Amino acid sequence: MQRIGVFVCWCGSNIAATVDVHAVAEAARHEPGVVFSTDYQYMCSQAGQNMIIEAVKEHHLTGLVICSCSPRMHEATFRKTAANAGINPYMVEIANIREQCSWVHKDMAAGTEKAIILAKAAIAKVHLNTALTPGESKVTKRALVIGGGIAGIQTALDIAEAGFPVDIVEKEPTIGGKMAQLDKTFPTLDCAACILTPKMVDAAQNENIRIISYAQVEEVGGFVGNFHVKIRKKARFVNEDVCTGCGLCTEKCPQKKVPNAFNLNMDNHRAIYIPFAQAVPKVAVIDPNYCTMLKTGKCGVCAKVCTAGAIDYKQQDQIIEEEYGAIVAATGYNPISVEKFDEFAYSQSKDVITSLEFERLTNAAGPTAGKLLRPSDGEHPHTIVFVQCVGSRCAANAAKGKEYCSKICCMYTAKHAMLVRDKYPDTDVYVFYIDVRTPGKNFDEFYRRAVEEYGVHYIKGMVGKITPENGKLKVQGSDLIADKQLHIDADLVVLAAAIEPDKSARPLATMLTASMDTNDFFTEAHPKLRPVESPTAGIFLSGTCQGPKDIPETVSQASAAAAKVIGLLSKNTLKGNPCVAQSDEWMCNGCSSCANVCPYGAITYENKEFRMPDRSTKVRRIAKVNPAVCQGCGACTVACPSGAMDLNGFKNNQIMAEVDAICK
Amino acid sequence: MEQNKMASLNTQILRMSGVNPRKCMRCGKCSGTCPAYDEMEYHPHQFVHMVETGDIASLLQSESIYKCLSCFACVERCPRGVEPAKLIEAIRSLKTRPVGQNHITPDEIPALLDEDLPQQAIVSALRKYMK
Repeated sequence: MQRIGVFVCWCGSNIAATVDVHAVAEAARHEPGVVFSTDYQYMCSQAGQNMIIEAVKEHHLTGLVICSCSPRMHEATFRKTAANAGINPYMVEIANIREQCSWVHKDMAAGTEKAIILAKAAIAKVHLNTALTPGESKVTKRALVIGGGIAGIQTALDIAEAGFPVDIVEKEPTIGGKMAQLDKTFPTLDCAACILTPKMVDAAQNENIRIISYAQVEEVGGFVGNFHVKIRKKARFVNEDVCTGCGLCTEKCPQKKVPNAFNLNMDNHRAIYIPFAQAVPKVAVIDPNYCTMLKTGKCGVCAKVCTAGAIDYKQQDQIIEEEYGAIVAATGYNPISVEKFDEFAYSQSKDVITSLEFERLTNAAGPTAGKLLRPSDGEHPHTIVFVQCVGSRCAANAAKGKEYCSKICCMYTAKHAMLVRDKYPDTDVYVFYIDVRTPGKNFDEFYRRAVEEYGVHYIKGMVGKITPENGKLKVQGSDLIADKQLHIDADLVVLAAAIEPDKSARPLATMLTASMDTNDFFTEAHPKLRPVESPTAGIFLSGTCQGPKDIPETVSQASAAAAKVIGLLSKNTLKGNPCVAQSDEWMCNGCSSCANVCPYGAITYENKEFRMPDRSTKVRRIAKVNPAVCQGCGACTVACPSGAMDLNGFKNNQIMAEVDAICK
Repeated sequence: MEQNKMASLNTQILRMSGVNPRKCMRCGKCSGTCPAYDEMEYHPHQFVHMVETGDIASLLQSESIYKCLSCFACVERCPRGVEPAKLIEAIRSLKTRPVGQNHITPDEIPALLDEDLPQQAIVSALRKYMK
């Protein structure tokens, strides 16, 4: 028989205003097994915890029931208190009489009655609690960062700086991500490449960092501290260790008509190419869809001109297998496709472009060498219209567009408008906006400068229609302040397209068993207090894969994710959660129902020899739970048809005892 | 008394149109889109705002409700799914239903049907040319 102590918390007036805490303590006192019951203003305070420790010693308590807030809030606190008092931490049960009782009830009598019932249920459960000890597992001291944009680079640099080896897996032939495509960065207008490329070089030169470019994660197994990952490194048909990046092949290749993805297909490169001058690794890559040699077996110009002998037409995809202690998702974003928005005529006119295309058009390394020229005729545009919120802030059930604010567009549009007016003062610049959102350090000042010093025309209203006509773009929109419909003949229209998570994020999340929201952004463990961790242990989030972010915010979050990874990797062993599933091997019939529902892959099967009552031996297939992988979700206990599966800490008989106590 | 009547008319407009003007985020895309903008005293985004604030007396008096072409461009392009044209249609119906009779009879409609035509446009036309 347990000797149970019940401790009822007032939580100041949070609980005591709606629940008669004395009555709860009094009612609990008469329950079987309860030898001590009391109430106190703040159980979680030092004084409250000492009261618990004293009571354990004085009354030789073996189990504790704390009637207080949600276990999510203070279960860990009271488990520590129990351990300090010398009893097993898993002999503590929390009756949630705040979130599930006092906060949702107005009537004192009803609230008190419910609190008493919740206390009785917890007491009934503690009777069946057993001491549990968490298992330990080793930590592999190596991290994997998936995505080599500014987020992934920063996370990897910080982890490497702390002395841990880290691999960056990047799907493109070079790291750098979206930031490498940008021209200037707000709010300081320093050039993106100037601040990014040194970091790319740092990553390449850091002996703790290995860059696995042109590669994708194919398979993830294992659990926190012990992930096993399979990475496919795509054939680039160039030997990375031999290529010097001289670029001669990229000038001699006769196949000139390959759309240049880095310049958003606004110009072409050869079939063998280096994405951009500062690429890391600076190694050529052959596009097999265009290479004449790979398609027909006739050409071989690049191999002939390569003095290093780096070309290898027979190169195959390579599979890299590695163990990791922690994994960081840094898969980034893409602008949405704006073709669906017919009214903006993106697919009808070359002179309607997206903001990212605009970045390339003003970038000195872009298709126009930094001269702002209309894509249709190469003329200098004299009237430019920027349209904000294209596909952002749409209704949840809208056929196209996203419900969220993409966050970065207000600032980059102000930047674009300012840059145009600075370089080409003869150009009229209009910005159609719904709201200008500039909550960041020096952000609003920046936007005001665009208006006040650079004379950008900001118009409160939205563009309704764009019609290409006689080489002009007829822009029709509303000016809500002037209460007018505006008609502007523009030479160039720039659409601030909403951003969305990269398409690779969803399949990756499935591999990582990391949760996502309806927009395919990774979900954080807690929106405020654990913003860089996934709810799945050992998976961390860096950058825009978690939500729209600008560069300063991405870098902060990237470093925060690194700090969490370093914290994990600096441990030699990890204590698991002892509340995991356990199979009764005598009852298990090896049907696989549990393995089929397990979202974590924690269940395996083995053939075990059993000595039967008739003294014969029999080999039977039985389920085994890997306690380090199991997250204690309980799906298997429900699926098991023979009742062999049970969850420690939440055993079927414990749950039934709670239900009985509630229904009594 | 007058106020009560207006309030009840407003409720009727909301019920008939099925529009929730509170969904509007005041971006003005409807008015930026509207081909009949210059003909109107009140513009699509103002219709939505006036119904939201219950200021419908002036709307009911305005010629603007007959200037709407029922082209549904505002419905198609509104990012928040507010559907201003349906609101205007409801206001128009409220005015026209109690007087006169239909300009065309229901029997004539099938011959006029076009697959691409939103059904509501036909009904709108029916009310509109009736005066």
